[in-house]
Amino acid sequence: MTYHRPEFRHPDLPTNKLGYTRKQYEGAISTLCAGCGHDSISAAVIQACFDLSIEPHKVAKISGIGCSSKTPTYFLGNSHGFNSVHGRMPSVATGANLANRDLIYIGVSGDGDSASIGMGQFAHVVRRNLNMLYLVENNGCYGLTKGQDSATSDIGSAGKKGQPNLFEPIDLCTLALELGATFVARSFSGNKEQLIPLIKAAISHSGFAFIDVISPCVTFNNTSTSTKSYEFVREHIEATGKTDFIPVQQEITADYEEGFTEEVTLHDGSVIHLYKNDESLDLHNRLSALQAIHKCKEKGEILTGLLYLDPDCEDLHEMIATVETPLRDLDETALCPGSNPLDAINESLR
Amino acid sequence: MQQIKSVNDFVIRFANTNGTGSASANNLFAKTIFRMGIPVSPKNIFPSNIQGLPTWYEVRINDKGYVGRRGGVDIMMAVNPQSIAQDIKIVEPGGYFVYDNTKSLDMRLHRDDITILGIPLTDISRREYTDARQRQLFKNVIYIGALAALLDIEFDVLKGLVHDQFKGKEKLIAPNIHALELGYQYAQSNFDCPLGIRVERRNMVDGHILMEGNSALGLGAVYGGASVVSWYPITPSTSVVEQFEKFAKHLRVDPESGKNNYAIVQAEDELSAIGMAVGASWNGARSFTATSGPGVSLMNEFLGLAYFAEVPTVLFDVQRAGPSTGMPTRSQQSDLLLAAYASHGDTKHVLLFPSTPKECFEMGAASFDLADRLQTPVILMTDLDLGMNEHFSEPLEWDDANVYDRGKVFSEAELEAMSERYGRYLDVDGDGICYRTYPGTHPTKGSFFTRGSSRDEYAKYTESSEEYVINMKRLLLKWETAKNYVPKPEIRPASESTRDGMIYFGTTTASAEEALDILRDQGTHINALRVLGFPFNADVEEFIDTHDRIFVVEQNRDGQLRSMLINECEINPKKLKALLCYDGLPVTARWIIEEITNSEPTNNVVPFSKEVEV
Repeated sequence: MTYHRPEFRHPDLPTNKLGYTRKQYEGAISTLCAGCGHDSISAAVIQACFDLSIEPHKVAKISGIGCSSKTPTYFLGNSHGFNSVHGRMPSVATGANLANRDLIYIGVSGDGDSASIGMGQFAHVVRRNLNMLYLVENNGCYGLTKGQDSATSDIGSAGKKGQPNLFEPIDLCTLALELGATFVARSFSGNKEQLIPLIKAAISHSGFAFIDVISPCVTFNNTSTSTKSYEFVREHIEATGKTDFIPVQQEITADYEEGFTEEVTLHDGSVIHLYKNDESLDLHNRLSALQAIHKCKEKGEILTGLLYLDPDCEDLHEMIATVETPLRDLDETALCPGSNPLDAINESLR
Repeated sequence: MQQIKSVNDFVIRFANTNGTGSASANNLFAKTIFRMGIPVSPKNIFPSNIQGLPTWYEVRINDKGYVGRRGGVDIMMAVNPQSIAQDIKIVEPGGYFVYDNTKSLDMRLHRDDITILGIPLTDISRREYTDARQRQLFKNVIYIGALAALLDIEFDVLKGLVHDQFKGKEKLIAPNIHALELGYQYAQSNFDCPLGIRVERRNMVDGHILMEGNSALGLGAVYGGASVVSWYPITPSTSVVEQFEKFAKHLRVDPESGKNNYAIVQAEDELSAIGMAVGASWNGARSFTATSGPGVSLMNEFLGLAYFAEVPTVLFDVQRAGPSTGMPTRSQQSDLLLAAYASHGDTKHVLLFPSTPKECFEMGAASFDLADRLQTPVILMTDLDLGMNEHFSEPLEWDDANVYDRGKVFSEAELEAMSERYGRYLDVDGDGICYRTYPGTHPTKGSFFTRGSSRDEYAKYTESSEEYVINMKRLLLKWETAKNYVPKPEIRPASESTRDGMIYFGTTTASAEEALDILRDQGTHINALRVLGFPFNADVEEFIDTHDRIFVVEQNRDGQLRSMLINECEINPKKLKALLCYDGLPVTARWIIEEITNSEPTNNVVPFSKEVEV
């Protein structure tokens, strides 16, 4: 790992609408293994937030425990972060989001954190359609405890420990679709052309946006026998298509590439273009997404890209009718009823 | 046989079957007596079941104002054949056993030392009503009518209450009053009314209210400014959040938009419930969750995180009888050690011990100030008895001059004006409490990473032993600071000088105070201290130091408060005598008196071994 990063940056680094360079979106130096897929995901988050001209301090980063959950330290250093307890990021994110609906919430989790210890919380945060980006950095193993199989590991896949996994893998995208997620995508840490627009679209989505990012573990699960190695994933990847994300502020040019087949306008007015590889995929149909995932799986392929999207959904705040003002900004005048109503309350108890 | 004679001082118990609508009829009884100006204390003793099992309702009536459980039953209103054998056994000699004699009493159960009165409740009900559910419901109202005649209850007060209870459902008023009259007339024409035990109007209520502690807690949380509430249903805490919601719907809706100035989420489990509370508090909202012992067990990991990462968190623990599932509908004070030292590693948590609904309201609201001030979990310890029973309480009051204490939080302007580096865990004031910032406050200053792992004063991850120890020591300093913020104990001096003391807390209070008065009248003098918070402040240690023998009365098997006193204070454990009642029912004054009396010799003289001040 790198332990020193020079402060110097090219003086002509491009700036975004806020006048910030990419540097304002960086975090602390990563302490993960050299070549870890997770670092590429952090870089993609940085790029996406820079491109979207998001004010870094208006983002809250929340994670659980594990290699993946360490990464929020390594991006958006001017954002508050919360590295909570194993498998419980969704509940912390839910509470945080309820307290202040105006921030952007990026939750980072791993396959152990979400598909095992935190399976319950994962399922329920999906059901509540919490407005957040939920990233799973999926490497098929427990990195921090040195390479045990995780619940997303494929049958027969073997990491550095050498024992093939015996048990059915959990597909978090399939599960998210079943549970009612309103934005579901899969990507690969080695494919930033695909990942960055997906992260941008997910952040712009007003509701629960789930991205399962396959992110090989270079140290424990990058073997020739593993189905989550760089080599295997590169050879077996398929994409639903090429995704273009056009933020609301940007003028939409009519310069569509050939093969463009579907356009989705998000709640905030930004637009996603998908250049589909398979005409039968309907982004607004869960069944279609599930079929596409299964079809690929049967062929031994991994389907990536945007899989499903419901841009007109109600998020948790809308469902429970909370006020527009962030709850944490309310003071005594809105929160405390004062002595007046107590007379009537006391009287009703006599 | 010497019949018990008493005006306004007796215990009546109703033996019912749950799910038959007896609760509202019995409540009618208690509230009528309350409205006659006499202090009452009703207690539900109910099964963990929805329909068909025995359930009891015990009402203490006492015009001296003693509203703890006394012990013993003077009148049994027996309506449940399932439990009749045990019900008749526990009636005090000279007492009364009123029962439904539609089916005559098994002669083997007969007792010569009590008065047995039979009322054919089922028969009367069957004659009067055709609908099966009505027969069941009105049977309860009929026996209340009969008791009104037997105990000299003012029938107009009873009728007035029926009018109040069915406001909005006026059609039900006349049939209910008719049922009351059926019972009243039967008793008048068949028995010599009133009995030797009876009630008589007094003026002892003086603005008091009858309220469940859980309801008061829910309202306290509304007043305290809680805006994010997460919870998972568990007896006996469920009604805390239900009541919060009920009050919030009236008191917390934005008049302009009609939208809610609060959010409630029913979580998937207790881990998630506390996780949401921690997340919301971290993000600057006031938040709480309510649970009972099994929930606290599950919440341990998050409580440790909130302690170590210093996130204000409010938790209401409505205790029930453990361990494990225990007796889920019975009361105990047995989560003290669990709550005080929840989670792995060196952790300790601030606890609050209310003993009345008024205190539930006030401490419930104040717990948010305390959590924000101390930036740590605050666990308010109540129990099933306080939470789910109506208690005779002083009315609720709120001082409009109250301003929320949000503790040490840097605003955007303060951050902007700062020239030095911001350190989340930097003890600037020397009291162990550092300055927080809410996420999203300032573009470039004040952001930090919250974590459950070790960090330095600037919230940067570290594995440095020195930094770790500095942080742990500062948390201890904060613990010392907390002693100045938790409520001080309440001292109740004896009328004569004594070296004997008694310590109690929460729902033990009412029974303990009655016991102390009776013991005083018998010539035994004991100074008393009621603990209201943890960590124990200096007054608690001083009380222990100035007594030679101290009875610690609590409702658990292992003397948990006693263990905490020994653990936290520099004292001789032998001084602390454990008085432990843990059968799941609220402790009685009689039991305390008996325990103290049996622990002779009492010690009202300065012991020989001590130097006598001249």
